[in-house]
Amino acid sequence: MSVTEKDVRYVANLARLSVSDDEVKFYADNLSRIVALVEQMNDAQTDNVEPLSHPQDAPLRLREDRVTEVDQRDDFQKVAPAASDGLYLVPKVIE
Amino acid sequence: MEWETVIGLEIHCQLATDSKIFSGSSTAFGSEPNSQASAVDIALPGVLPVMNLDAARMAVKFGLAVDATINERSVFARKNYFYPDLPKGYQISQFEEPIVTEGRLSITVDDKDKVIGITRAHLEEDAGKSLHEGFVDETGIDLNRAGTPLIEIVSEPDMRSAAEAVAYMRKIHALVRYLEISDGNMQEGSFRCDANVSIRPKGEKELGTRAEIKNINSFRFVEKAINHEVERQIDILEDGGEVVQETRLYDANKDETRSMRSKEDAHDYRYFPDPDLPPMILSKEFIEEVKESLPELPEAKRERFMEQYELDEKDAAALTATRETAAYFEKTVEACNGDAKTSANWINGELASYLNRNNVELEDSPVNPKALGGLIERINDKTISNKIGKTVFESMWKNGSSADDVIEQQGLKQITDSGAIEKIVDDVLASNADQAQQYRDGNEKVFGFLVGQVMQASKGKANPAQVNELLKAKLS
Amino acid sequence: MINHSLTELATALRAKEISSVELTLLFLDRIARFGDLNTFITVNEEMALEQAKAADERIAAKEATPLTGIPIAHKDIFCTKDILTTCGSKMLSNFVSPYNATIVANLANAGTVTLGKTNMDEFAMGSSNETSYFGPVKNPWDTTTVPGGSSGGSAAAVAARLAPAATGSDTGGSIRQPAAFCGVTGLKPSYGRVSRYGMIAFASSLDQAGPITRSAEDAALMLQTMASFDPKDSTSVDKVVPNYLDEFHKDLSEMTLGIPKQYFTDGVDKEVTKAVEGAIRTLKKMGADTVEVDLPNSDLGIPCYYVIAPAEASSNLSRFDGVRYGHRASEYDDLADMYAKSRSEGFGEEVKRRIMIGTYALSSGYYDAYYNKALKLRRLIVNDFAEAFEQCDLIVGPTTPTTAFELGGKADDPVAMYLNDIYTASINLAGLPAMSVPVGFDKGGRPIGMQLIGPYMDAGDILNVAHRFQRETDWHTKMPEGYE
Repeated sequence: MSVTEKDVRYVANLARLSVSDDEVKFYADNLSRIVALVEQMNDAQTDNVEPLSHPQDAPLRLREDRVTEVDQRDDFQKVAPAASDGLYLVPKVIE
Repeated sequence: MEWETVIGLEIHCQLATDSKIFSGSSTAFGSEPNSQASAVDIALPGVLPVMNLDAARMAVKFGLAVDATINERSVFARKNYFYPDLPKGYQISQFEEPIVTEGRLSITVDDKDKVIGITRAHLEEDAGKSLHEGFVDETGIDLNRAGTPLIEIVSEPDMRSAAEAVAYMRKIHALVRYLEISDGNMQEGSFRCDANVSIRPKGEKELGTRAEIKNINSFRFVEKAINHEVERQIDILEDGGEVVQETRLYDANKDETRSMRSKEDAHDYRYFPDPDLPPMILSKEFIEEVKESLPELPEAKRERFMEQYELDEKDAAALTATRETAAYFEKTVEACNGDAKTSANWINGELASYLNRNNVELEDSPVNPKALGGLIERINDKTISNKIGKTVFESMWKNGSSADDVIEQQGLKQITDSGAIEKIVDDVLASNADQAQQYRDGNEKVFGFLVGQVMQASKGKANPAQVNELLKAKLS
Repeated sequence: MINHSLTELATALRAKEISSVELTLLFLDRIARFGDLNTFITVNEEMALEQAKAADERIAAKEATPLTGIPIAHKDIFCTKDILTTCGSKMLSNFVSPYNATIVANLANAGTVTLGKTNMDEFAMGSSNETSYFGPVKNPWDTTTVPGGSSGGSAAAVAARLAPAATGSDTGGSIRQPAAFCGVTGLKPSYGRVSRYGMIAFASSLDQAGPITRSAEDAALMLQTMASFDPKDSTSVDKVVPNYLDEFHKDLSEMTLGIPKQYFTDGVDKEVTKAVEGAIRTLKKMGADTVEVDLPNSDLGIPCYYVIAPAEASSNLSRFDGVRYGHRASEYDDLADMYAKSRSEGFGEEVKRRIMIGTYALSSGYYDAYYNKALKLRRLIVNDFAEAFEQCDLIVGPTTPTTAFELGGKADDPVAMYLNDIYTASINLAGLPAMSVPVGFDKGGRPIGMQLIGPYMDAGDILNVAHRFQRETDWHTKMPEGYE
């Protein structure tokens, strides 16, 4: 199956990437080739196979409920593009 | 046409852990912005989540309390969307394999019991907060709340009215507080709900298109928001229009719901198992251990109250509606020498009405159980009458003082000295000779008038039984 | 001194033949001299010399570990406190990390000196180092060719003796493939053996950090310090780290090597096959048994990998939104525009391609056909390895189908580039330990690597076999000309 220009615009929007019209064509072609590679998976018979999302069998480790973190806001906000009075600033959010 | 309302609720309940669900930051409310946002909470590159054991324990508690299936295996998944208060660009939640499934809870509306199905309850992290006040073109982001553990409790679309939705929400609220898994503080956002509302012609099987009303944070608003939304949908359908599936926000100030622009394209969340968190496996022993730690639940408590205190079902139900009321009741009974019936009457009557009228929570009541018990004692030992008791209660409510102090300061002590009462009776009979004669002539109705005159003359303090007795003796 | 093993350097430091400061200056000087290779994104002179001074004091106080005072380089994917950490991207070109990755802390605690941060494919997405925002790295063996990727800077730096050892990360071959292309030794440990905390995530269920060194013995020393149980990483394995050097006693006569027929096909360059077969003959001469094994789904490793890795990456890279750190566009209309511009400007083409393919594979309507199908296939691949390991102790084959290719040679064909990972990506899907060791050169003088794959949590056998092989051969001691 090939990836259409509409698909590219759709995923680009979901992923918050802006793509020009030229780029849409370019990526549609690229992604179609990758999808063709990926679709070789259809050669494998996987009925009744349980999906495996982690390479290990180990169960999740749970931690004790303890506060271990201290305030590092000033250090963290040194690298922030825009912050004021301890808040990160973004263009106005419209709900 | 007659319409039927169909409501399902998604309740988001913050869990009362000390630290966040996936980091060691404090969950305390009201700190300086971003002072409780660790490297994990602000999603610095390279950081990883580590799950909080107590959050799991609390979710299991909830599941057991609603008679649900506790899944020994559950899986954390990522819900992907962009929003400035969501630092990772995904929320860690549970999707296909939640920790709790298939529970139930019974509610009572208009004296009718009804069981509401609970589809699932899953663990997830809360987002941060967007602050708009004080900014013109910008929004400030505070991530202190980001990563606070939540359980999202999803009901079946079993409710048919706003009243049922409120009853269900109240019941869940009481339950999580009973279980001590949440403070349920709605002002602070610890307990909030989204309502899925649709309507359909009465008798129709198929569900109508629903609208999701987001972030309702009070019982009053749930009712108003749902009623408003139902009216809106009826208007649309009766005008021949179609309801659009969308997310709407309830505006309490305007009492209306409006479409949320920001959620328009957020429907493709691309859930997938979080590769940073292997499946969570809870042992049977762990679940058993949690079961043994469960406190007495509302239903059991109601049964016990009926048995132990010989209360009727209505009183017992009212007294066990919240953990606080039940505790208040039991402390009051203790303080008044075990008079459960009178305690129940006062709590469900006078106290409830004062709380309601003044919009005060029980925890903040100026009259505490010990004080109320003291008041009941004074009534029982005939220091005051039941009627004067209400006057005393009013002062106790206003000043936070004890019954004894009020009685003392206002001289409300009941007159039980038969000599003193006799004197008042004599005075009343002397100045109402006509009425006395009428009674003697067989007009028994006048008796009540004479009692009233005596009580008035004693400023209500005379012991009514003694007044009756003396009057009857004098008039015979 | 530049050809000393880590053990030899440690001995020299303790014997005061050289100080850590002198050693550090020696390598800093070489980094500057061979700057054309573009192996480093950040060189850390001032801090390195401070660390070296502290290491010298520690050595004098006789509190040294085997790595104290030894200069190393970190791939720029690892967060290093107060040092620029770019992940090869414009997105993080201004990101000074406020914290250290666990492996950075482990190595610092052992007393190593951080020379700087090595160049890499952007967000570790690439097999040639050409996707770096900071320009491609050149292969010291032939500067017209790529060093491989994504840990190309680390591999090239170790090959050119700009650092005695370096760290790398491997999601689908990113340690082993550049190690093969640069004629050095590269180890990807078992998933969970080395903490991922502080390693900027590409594909969380596949990523694993490991060392790039000039010998198996050095790799063992590095792994010894890098590996730890880390409570901050939920996938970190809570098992004692064995003493890897102790495992060097096992004779090869106790070992059976599995030769997968799928790894010796016409798809592999003849010279590569020949060199690997030669190395296997050497191992047999040393006493090892061989057996043919079957990995029936190995051709599907790449398709499976190129669903799972981009899918995880598309989500992992969502945090780069210009809000809390990293690149933010200078002009934008509103929030949506700020997101889209910052991300589009901050990410390069290959990263965007993978975000889009990953988003596509997870999106509504495609999840089952792509993502879930890949997860099922992943289980089949894991099962293949498990069955193979019932017949053998290690699996042996080529690391890559070809030797290093020309710079720009595959840049326009993503699929051709992806096929470089054909023998490495499946190992990440299964979480197994694997290593590339040099076994020769092609006619053009480009290095060839052999891959040793072990069962889960068993890097010891790999290191032992590699170490014994390196005692019998001298491929790993070869040095590119012009870097003396």
